[in-house]
Amino acid sequence: MTRSVTDGAHRPLTTWFDRPSPLAGPDRRAFMKAGALGVAIGPASAGALAQTSRAELDSYQPIFFAAAEWAFILAACARLIPSEGEGPGALEAHVPIFLDRDLAGPYGRGEDWHMGGPHDPNAPEALGFQSPLTPAQLFRASIAEVDAMCARAFGSPFAGLDAARQETTLKFLEAGKPGLRPELRDFFSMLWRNVREGYFSDPRHGGNRGMMAWRHIGFPGARGAFREWADQHDREYPLGPVSIAGERS
Amino acid sequence: MARRERKADAVIVGLGWTGSILAMELAQAGLDVLALERGPDRSTVPDFAYPKMLDELTYGVRYGLMSRPRDSTLTIRRTRDETALPYRVLGSFLPGEGVGGAGVHWNGHTWRAMPEELRLRSYVAERFGESVIPDGMTIQDWGVSYDELEPHYDRFEYLCGISGQAGNVGGVIQPGGNPFEGRRARPYPLPPLPPTLNCMMFEKTAREAGYHPFPMPSANASGAWVNEYGMQLGPCNFCGFCERFGCINYSKASPQTCVLDALKRKPNFRYRVKCDVLRVEKARDGRSAAGVTYVDERGEEVFQPADLVILAAYAYHNVHLLLLSGIGAPYDPVAGTGVVGRNYAYQMNGSTTLFFKDRHFNPFVGAGSNAMVIDDFAINRIDFAREGFIGGSYISSGQFNGQPIRSMVLPSGVPGWGAGWKKGVKDWYGRSMSIGSHGSNMSYRDCYLDLDPTYVDRYGRPMLRMTFDWKRNDIRMTQFMRSKIEPLAKGMQPTSWRSGFKGDGARYDVRPYQTTHNVGGAVMGTDPRTSTLNRYLQCWDAHNVFVMGASAFPQNIQYNPTGTVGALAYWAAKALREDYLRFPRPLT
Repeated sequence: MTRSVTDGAHRPLTTWFDRPSPLAGPDRRAFMKAGALGVAIGPASAGALAQTSRAELDSYQPIFFAAAEWAFILAACARLIPSEGEGPGALEAHVPIFLDRDLAGPYGRGEDWHMGGPHDPNAPEALGFQSPLTPAQLFRASIAEVDAMCARAFGSPFAGLDAARQETTLKFLEAGKPGLRPELRDFFSMLWRNVREGYFSDPRHGGNRGMMAWRHIGFPGARGAFREWADQHDREYPLGPVSIAGERS
Repeated sequence: MARRERKADAVIVGLGWTGSILAMELAQAGLDVLALERGPDRSTVPDFAYPKMLDELTYGVRYGLMSRPRDSTLTIRRTRDETALPYRVLGSFLPGEGVGGAGVHWNGHTWRAMPEELRLRSYVAERFGESVIPDGMTIQDWGVSYDELEPHYDRFEYLCGISGQAGNVGGVIQPGGNPFEGRRARPYPLPPLPPTLNCMMFEKTAREAGYHPFPMPSANASGAWVNEYGMQLGPCNFCGFCERFGCINYSKASPQTCVLDALKRKPNFRYRVKCDVLRVEKARDGRSAAGVTYVDERGEEVFQPADLVILAAYAYHNVHLLLLSGIGAPYDPVAGTGVVGRNYAYQMNGSTTLFFKDRHFNPFVGAGSNAMVIDDFAINRIDFAREGFIGGSYISSGQFNGQPIRSMVLPSGVPGWGAGWKKGVKDWYGRSMSIGSHGSNMSYRDCYLDLDPTYVDRYGRPMLRMTFDWKRNDIRMTQFMRSKIEPLAKGMQPTSWRSGFKGDGARYDVRPYQTTHNVGGAVMGTDPRTSTLNRYLQCWDAHNVFVMGASAFPQNIQYNPTGTVGALAYWAAKALREDYLRFPRPLT
């Protein structure tokens, strides 16, 4: 069903996947929506994909996080985007794998950031990130501090708490009370931002397994060619996502 | 001792929009032109090629095409009694880097300033009296009129193949355009882009309210275009990866798509990348420059002699270079003396998001300049004496992208994380549109740029220091826009809506992205006591140094700056070609 796009010398770059025809009838749309195009990962197989992805996560060997840190990350991800309900949780979407790879790489080292001193971690928050710690250092120190706080308050590190106490802990962290030391004050906002990044970014970065998060919301990924949809108003877009590597879902 | 290179007729610092235009104009005039770019070389292929460019994380969130704070940043504080701290992580604004500069990753909104904005102080004084200008506000005239700039706006728009609907051609108001714009000699080169659902809904509501909607003037081409340099653009395909991305499709006007390939064919043009200019070297005569000193890719210091120096870096980098070079007297906000660093300004924006539970907006169907606009509350439409502020905004509804990390807007009441968030993103992704205001920001005595006393960059130079905060005048302006936008939003009967406008006491926060419209600091004008540049963008204190870019704006206009930056570049190029090069001297 693949056809090439030939309507303009300047549009050679998006030819290798199908584009929806503006004239397509409901039958064609329903057909495409059911995942009949490309590699079928239709709704019927979503449950199977979720099971596969959890098995993959279970066998993943972290390259950045130590065992106790990994337990924290798995538990925090499960609370931030839970598996229950419609759509993938952070675990099915491999967000922990994304975080592990991200913190082991340039982001974790703060390679793009200005890290030179002097530092004033007590500065007004509106003046931005002022910690002397790289994201990797900040995550390590914060997880240790949160685990120690949980052990003092509840007798167990974060991962060993029940879901309600984990949620309570995250809510307190989000509100800044009990506060982590000033160098770590951005931990919750960074964690939650990085979790969302892993959930919604292209699968090449390690998360969004099988583009499950894109399917959940209806984002078509890297298709990059919607000219004929600009003036088709109030119609649901029928095609599933495409990744940068060319996977379809 | 710096290595000395062969002399160039003209050296250009920075190869973005203005550097490319000036290089082309001066090369056409026969000069031996050398451009120095501190970042890497970049071309549509391979650097912006599909599919790797459509990566939200790498480019949209981690700023893969932007200047890295590790390499170059500045310090920021809100008030003079605060200690400025480094802008360590990009947030509020995103300076570009590399060949093409920020012209690679803009959205393409291409506006002209209003005639009144270019003579703002005179306009306010004549119309409402000097007494409406609050204490500490330092607005001034630009020294160039709209009529003088009109041919240069025209030239930049035809360079870029702008898609739009003119509102005033030769004094005749055109249906479907902006009836409040300055008169233009001819229509836009291309017709408007096709409008998405949000644009149609906003247009209908605005028209019913008695306003005058028109399509955003767009540097995303609606059709094929060939410009004066023979560069070709193809029609935008609404890929939804525009701002923060290079165009995969040769559709967004940029130095790459509009100038550079033609420029590189000129034998009298050369450029060097990864060459970071440290300073402009003053000549022995005390009234001109001898060239620039830069650090090349290997870390070697190089002196590049030149008869003409064009600063075409990003706005505040131009100011930094002037301060480090000792060209022009540094501004002193206490004494009110000096000029370099004076009148830094930003942009005052706000928006209301409308949620419709049954609508399909398909937000990923986006183009950087896909928007419907009203200009009924522009600077020349508001009674400043009655409203108690000076300024204006355009109001628009755009759909630029549906990237889920950075463009996920949720209604009030949806939890910030957890099961409710997961349900919320499914329920509400693609169910919202926004109406935004994009407004002016006045200049003030205590909003300025100078050298930081503590922090140094990787070469040991003092960092630039920004002192900036929001002021009551501009907060009143944005609250006025809110009072106009919210009734429109309610009238559209959304399921729910939420607003984000700065309110009383709002302070500048460097963390959330706001806009990369940083202006001023090396402003143009007619009085060397209040401007760094004369009306031809020539330094008062060094006649062979010309400074391009939005650093020349004496205060910020209510529009996106690029159209005016492009027009000023052609205006300065004309003065150089037709006057200065024949007889190098201070132009008057």
